[in-house]
Amino acid sequence: MSNQPLIKVEGLRKLYPIDGGVFRKPSSFNHAVDGLNFEIGHGESLGLVGESGCGKSTTGKMLVKLFEPSDGSVKLQVGDSYINVSNIDRNSRKDFRRNVQMIFQDPYESMNPRMTIFDIVGEPLAVQDIGTISEREERVAEFLEMVGLTPASSFMFRYPHELSGGQRQRVAIARALVIEPAFVVADEPTSMLDVSIRTGVMKLMQDLAERLNVTYLYITHDLAVARYMCDRIAVMYLGKIVEIGPTEELLSNPRHPYTKALLSAVPIPDPRIKRDAVQIEGGISKAIDPQPQCRFYARCPIRDEHCKTHDHPPLEVKGNGMQVACYKVPVE
Amino acid sequence: MSTENVIEVKNLTMEYSTRKGNVSAVDNVSFSIKRGQALGLVGESGCGKTSIAKSLLKLLPDNAMIQQGQIVLNGKDMVPLPEEEMRKHRWSEISMVFQAAMNAFNPVYTVGDQIIEAIETHLPDVSEKDARVKIENLFRMVGLAPEMVDRYPHEYSGGMRQRAVIAMALSCDPDIIIADEPTTALDVIVQDSILKEITTLQDRLNMSMVYISHDVAVIAEVSDRVGVMYAGRMVELADTEEIFIRPIHPYTYALMQSFPSVTGPKRELVALPGEPPDLLHPPKGCRFHPRCPNRIEKCDQEQPEWKDYGDNHFCACWNPMEIN
Repeated sequence: MSNQPLIKVEGLRKLYPIDGGVFRKPSSFNHAVDGLNFEIGHGESLGLVGESGCGKSTTGKMLVKLFEPSDGSVKLQVGDSYINVSNIDRNSRKDFRRNVQMIFQDPYESMNPRMTIFDIVGEPLAVQDIGTISEREERVAEFLEMVGLTPASSFMFRYPHELSGGQRQRVAIARALVIEPAFVVADEPTSMLDVSIRTGVMKLMQDLAERLNVTYLYITHDLAVARYMCDRIAVMYLGKIVEIGPTEELLSNPRHPYTKALLSAVPIPDPRIKRDAVQIEGGISKAIDPQPQCRFYARCPIRDEHCKTHDHPPLEVKGNGMQVACYKVPVE
Repeated sequence: MSTENVIEVKNLTMEYSTRKGNVSAVDNVSFSIKRGQALGLVGESGCGKTSIAKSLLKLLPDNAMIQQGQIVLNGKDMVPLPEEEMRKHRWSEISMVFQAAMNAFNPVYTVGDQIIEAIETHLPDVSEKDARVKIENLFRMVGLAPEMVDRYPHEYSGGMRQRAVIAMALSCDPDIIIADEPTTALDVIVQDSILKEITTLQDRLNMSMVYISHDVAVIAEVSDRVGVMYAGRMVELADTEEIFIRPIHPYTYALMQSFPSVTGPKRELVALPGEPPDLLHPPKGCRFHPRCPNRIEKCDQEQPEWKDYGDNHFCACWNPMEIN
């Protein structure tokens, strides 16, 4: 393991035009992801947390090159040097996919219903020309056993519709990991699973990350799940990271007013504990042609004149490894 | 809270008939709810919690049949009532807030018109003018601006629609509302405000409620009493604090051990092996036995008795958790 990060994200942006057309240039944009800077170390698991529409999935898709960024770059360490993901052309895309994979939220829609489990999990091996058919079969069996689908022989030649949601998500994990990628983006991989099934899948992902030395970007709306899956958490609000730092520090001592509101809104599975009131105003909107001021200004309980008249605050180290984008949070 | 029971469910069994055979979605479930009390029903997909809701309202699909049992609402058994009779009780005595708030309204009428229609149908003595005043008051109560009455559903956000659905459920002053996963599709901050709204209103109007959720934490916050469902059967029923502090059934215990929390010490999550059974062929004896860590010999032979453990705490298990 080197000290250099595996992933470096610099000034990443994604703007969606919301008007314009074939002959007219768009004049208005939704700033879905607006200037993200972060790094993910080797073997680390970074959680990307926020409400729907905050840009977390868009970010994930840019990291695996399913979306092209409007601006900024994603760099991936390969060997001793970094490659810029945007510069990858058709010919080298296959090598990129060898290193980077994705696990999707919906285990019902992310698999071809006409392919057997062997075909689904073996496809990345076939695409990458790894092994002969019998070697691939062996490897698929090995990975199915590894994700808890035992005995593998009884699953290999079944179809997705014959499996439960939890089993399908295990297949999706096997498919993503079978070529042993360095980096995996997992977009809400457990949010559609029942509680008793979810815990098993979460534990499986952690075990495999350790065994295969996988680095995760774990996208979730659920802070409690992120607590168990991630070493660090980044909280997003309207296309910006507002706070990022080590998981337990972020959860026990949130500094940004949005993180505080988000945390105090999470129900607690213990009827003896009463939560604090949530300190936030209004509802979430979209960042369409945003004003040059803090994105959270309109809803912030601690805003003042300075926040109103200054551009969105940069992420700054405030203490204990926490970076916070807020003018009002003091440096410790 | 008075001692009067608004609803009493006795030995309710409901089956769906499918091409592959009968599915017993609700099997011999009994519970009662006092005035002003909130009962939380918690369990995973397919455990029968939504089937109970549909049975209580008698809004069952054609292939579903209540095979046995009674649903006594304000002293009257609803099970034998024909649909026309049942309609008189719906909304005015028992109403509902469903999960898919997005689809609860007709897109071509204003939200206000749709609620007025409900009031006119169920409370024929109320004039249209009074109905309108009533709706505006309800809107204020659930935290919506009264002007929203004349807007169309597409002009509402997800959270606002869920509030409007709640206003509609309250429009005919029911004694009990059935809330089936009303916040599941919402973001956590919106969920928080809806939960607060529901519990405040329920308290203020002294209404009874059945709150259905898969989310143990939400159930902990809204319910006075909790019923845990597994594979069509109720496995445990007790007051909320009691069941969280002293779970007796191994499934209840497992459910709580596998649920992550953002606060408190980070404890190890325990995963349950296996998956819930196929209700076309439910396992013999206790339906949880194939996954149960406490399994003993007779669990796969005999269905456990519904036993009273004192303090209004009931559980169906042959080998319960250590109680202390």
